[in-house]
Amino acid sequence: MDAHDVDLTAPFGNGTLPNPVTTASGCAGYGRELARFQPLAELGSITTKTIMPYPRAGQPTPRLAETPSGMLNSIGLPGAGIEHFVEHELPWLAERGARVLVSIAGERVEEFAETAEALAGRPGVVGIEVNISFPNAANRGLVFGCNPATSYDVIAAVREVTDPALPVYAKLTPDVTSITEIAAACVRAGADGLSMINTLLGMAIDTTTMRPALAGGTGGLSGPAVRPVAVRCVYQVQAAMRAGTMPVVPILGMGGIRTGLDALEFVLAGASGIAVGTTVFNDPSAPLRVLTELRQALAERGFGKLTDAIGLAHQPHHNPQHQPQHQPHQGVQP
Amino acid sequence: MAHPLQLRAEVLGITAAGAYQQLLLHAPGVAARVRPGHFAALAVGGEDSSMLLRRAFWIHRADPAAETVSLVVAERGRGTRELLRSRVGGTVDLVAPLGTAFPQPAGPMTALFVAGGYGSAPLFALAEQIAAQGGAVGFILGATTAERLFGVETARALTPDVLVTTDDGSAGIKGLATLPLAEAVKAIGAQAVYSCGPAAMLRAVTEVATAEGARSFCAVEERMACGVGVCMTCVLPVVGEDGVSRFVRSCVDGPCFDGTRVRWDDIGTIPADVDGAAAMGVH
Ligand SMILES: Cc1cc2nc3c(=O)[nH]c(=O)nc-3n(C[C@H](O)[C@H](O)[C@H](O)COP(=O)(O)OP(=O)(O)OC[C@H]3O[C@@H](n4cnc5c(N)ncnc54)[C@H](O)[C@@H]3O)c2cc1C
Ligand SMILES: Cc1cc2nc3c(=O)[nH]c(=O)nc-3n(C[C@H](O)[C@H](O)[C@H](O)COP(=O)(O)O)c2cc1C
Ligand code: FES
Repeated sequence: MDAHDVDLTAPFGNGTLPNPVTTASGCAGYGRELARFQPLAELGSITTKTIMPYPRAGQPTPRLAETPSGMLNSIGLPGAGIEHFVEHELPWLAERGARVLVSIAGERVEEFAETAEALAGRPGVVGIEVNISFPNAANRGLVFGCNPATSYDVIAAVREVTDPALPVYAKLTPDVTSITEIAAACVRAGADGLSMINTLLGMAIDTTTMRPALAGGTGGLSGPAVRPVAVRCVYQVQAAMRAGTMPVVPILGMGGIRTGLDALEFVLAGASGIAVGTTVFNDPSAPLRVLTELRQALAERGFGKLTDAIGLAHQPHHNPQHQPQHQPHQGVQP
Repeated sequence: MAHPLQLRAEVLGITAAGAYQQLLLHAPGVAARVRPGHFAALAVGGEDSSMLLRRAFWIHRADPAAETVSLVVAERGRGTRELLRSRVGGTVDLVAPLGTAFPQPAGPMTALFVAGGYGSAPLFALAEQIAAQGGAVGFILGATTAERLFGVETARALTPDVLVTTDDGSAGIKGLATLPLAEAVKAIGAQAVYSCGPAAMLRAVTEVATAEGARSFCAVEERMACGVGVCMTCVLPVVGEDGVSRFVRSCVDGPCFDGTRVRWDDIGTIPADVDGAAAMGVH
C-alpha cells in the first residue's frame, strides 16, 4: 500500500474532516506561530487555546515545570476574550484555509453559552470544543467536568445556542472516578464528539527553594508520561459505545502523542481524530509530521482508509488483511 | 515576530570559554535572519528524550557567509549537561532565530552595554554595529566570579571603556555591575544602555539609566516551555503603548524590551491593574 493512497478522511461530529490530526487546546495558541512551521490548512483542523467570554490574565509565573517525559503547567487560561478572538484571530485563520475547532470555557453555565453564541456564523469555525475542566463559580469552584450533572448542564446549554450543523465536542478530564459516566452524560446532553484527555492534576516541589515549583501550587500533567492513561480512557469510552451503554460519537484522542505510531495507538483504541499537544513544545513541526507518520503507519499495515483502523483493538481476533506488509524501519520493501 | 527555521544543525565546534562552552553550529539559512538580541531554542536529546522542553540560548554570533551561529552555554541542570555532551560532527535540533531583537539604532550613537555573566553574548554584535556606524560604545561586564565573565577581551578590542565587576572581587571592581553604572553613563555620555542578565539586574539598570537620562533596553530571561509563542508560560507584565498593562510573552514580544515598560517589581504576581486581573479574582 502506498502511503499516498491511504484515505485519511476522519469522522468528526456528524460529518468528516480531511484528516484526523489537530492541535491540542493550549498547545498551539491561535495558530499564527505554528503557521511558520507548517501550512495550517494541511492539518485536519486547528484547536485554539480555550477562550473565555472576557479578558483573563492567567496565573502568575512560574507557570511550568518539566517532569520525566512530561510537564506540569498552571497557565490559568489567559487570553483577550472571545470578542478579540473573533475580530482579530479567527479571520486570519479563515483566510489561510484553516479549519478551526474553537475551545471555550466559562465560570458559569451561561458564560459557556455566551461564548458559543459569539461564534455563530463565523467563517472558519468547524466546531466548538467545550473545556469542562474548569471550576464552577456557582458551585464552590468544583470542576464542571467532574460531575455528570454539571457536565450535562454545560453541554446542553452550548448545544442549545449553537447551529445544529456545527459539532460540539466535550473535552473530558481524566481526574474522575468513571470517565464513561461523564462521557455518556455529555453525549446525552447533545455532544457530537468527545475530546479526551485533558491534563491530570499533579504537583512538583523544588528541592532548592523547598517550595512548590509552580506559582499555582498544583498543575496539569501532560506529555508522553500520561499517554497510557489517555489510551485507557479512549478505550473505555469506545468499549462503552460498542456495548451499547452510551450513544456512539467520534472520539478525539490526545495525551502524549509524539509520533505517528502513538497516534495509531489512539486510533486503534477508538479515536477518530488525534490531537498533538505538549509535543509541539518539543517540535513545532510535530502536527504535520505526526500526520505523515500516521499515514505511513497505516499504509505499512495495509489499511486503505483510516476508518478501518478505528477501534480495531476492540476486535478479539486479528484480521490477517491488516498484518504489516513489512516491518517498519527495516529498510526497503522486498 | 522573527521568521525562524527548524533544522538539525551540525555541531562544528565546542570550545571552553571560562566557565562556559561555546557551541558553533552549522545552520544554513539561519544566520542571515539573526539580529542582535535574538535567541535560539535547542531540543535536548533525540526523538525519545524524556526532556521535552527546549532550552533557550542567546545567539552570540551569526555568520551568514559561513552559515554558522554560535551560542555560549553554561551548565546548569540536566538539559544543559546533556547538550554539552554533544560531539563535534553530531547534530542538535535547532529553532532560530526567535524573539524580538534589540531596536536597531538609526544612526551614530553612544551606547553602554551592561551584562551579567553570559548575558554579554548577544551584546557584542550590536556594539560592533554601533561602532561601525561611527558611534561610541562602553561596557560593564559583571559576574559572580572571574571565570563567569564572558568576552572581556572582545570588549577591550572594541573600546577602552570597559569596566569589569565581580561579586567576590576575583576580577575588576568588587560588587554588582550596577555599582559603577551611573558614573559610566555620565563618563561616555551614553544615550542608551543595553543590558542582558537576571531580572533584578535589568530592573536596577533601568532605574539608573533612566535617572541619568538614557534609554534602557533590556534582554530578559524568563522560563520558557516552547520558545515559539504558543504555550504562554514565559509572560511578564508590560505596559503597552496605550498605557494598559498586559502579560506579554517574552519569547515573542521580547526577550528585548524597553526596560521602562516592564513592571519588574510585579514579575511573578498578578498586579490588580493588569488586563484580565479581575477574572482571576484580583481587584
Ligand atoms: C531568552 C533566553 C536566553 C538564554 N540564553 C542563555 C545563554 O546564552 N547561555 C546560557 O547558558 N543560558 C541561557 N539561558 C538559560 C538557559 O535556557 C537555562 O540555563 C537552561 O534552560 C537550563 O536548562 P537545564 O536543563 O540545564 O536546567 P534545569 O534547571 O534542570 O532546567 C529545568 C527547566 O527549567 C528551565 N530553566 C531553568 N533555568 C532557566 C533559565 N535561567 N532560563 C530559562 N529557563 C530555565 C529549563 O528550560 C527547563 O525547562 C537563556 C534563557 C532564556 C529564556
Ligand atoms: C501548556 C498547556 C496548556 C493547555 N491549555 C489548555 C487549554 O487552554 N484548554 C484545554 O482544554 N486544554 C489545555 N491543555 C491540555 C491539552 O489540550 C491536552 O488535553 C493535554 O495536554 C494532553 O495532551 P498532550 O499530552 O499531548 O499535551 C493544555 C496543556 C498544556 C501542556
Ligand atoms: S515560551 Fe511558550 S509562549 Fe513563550
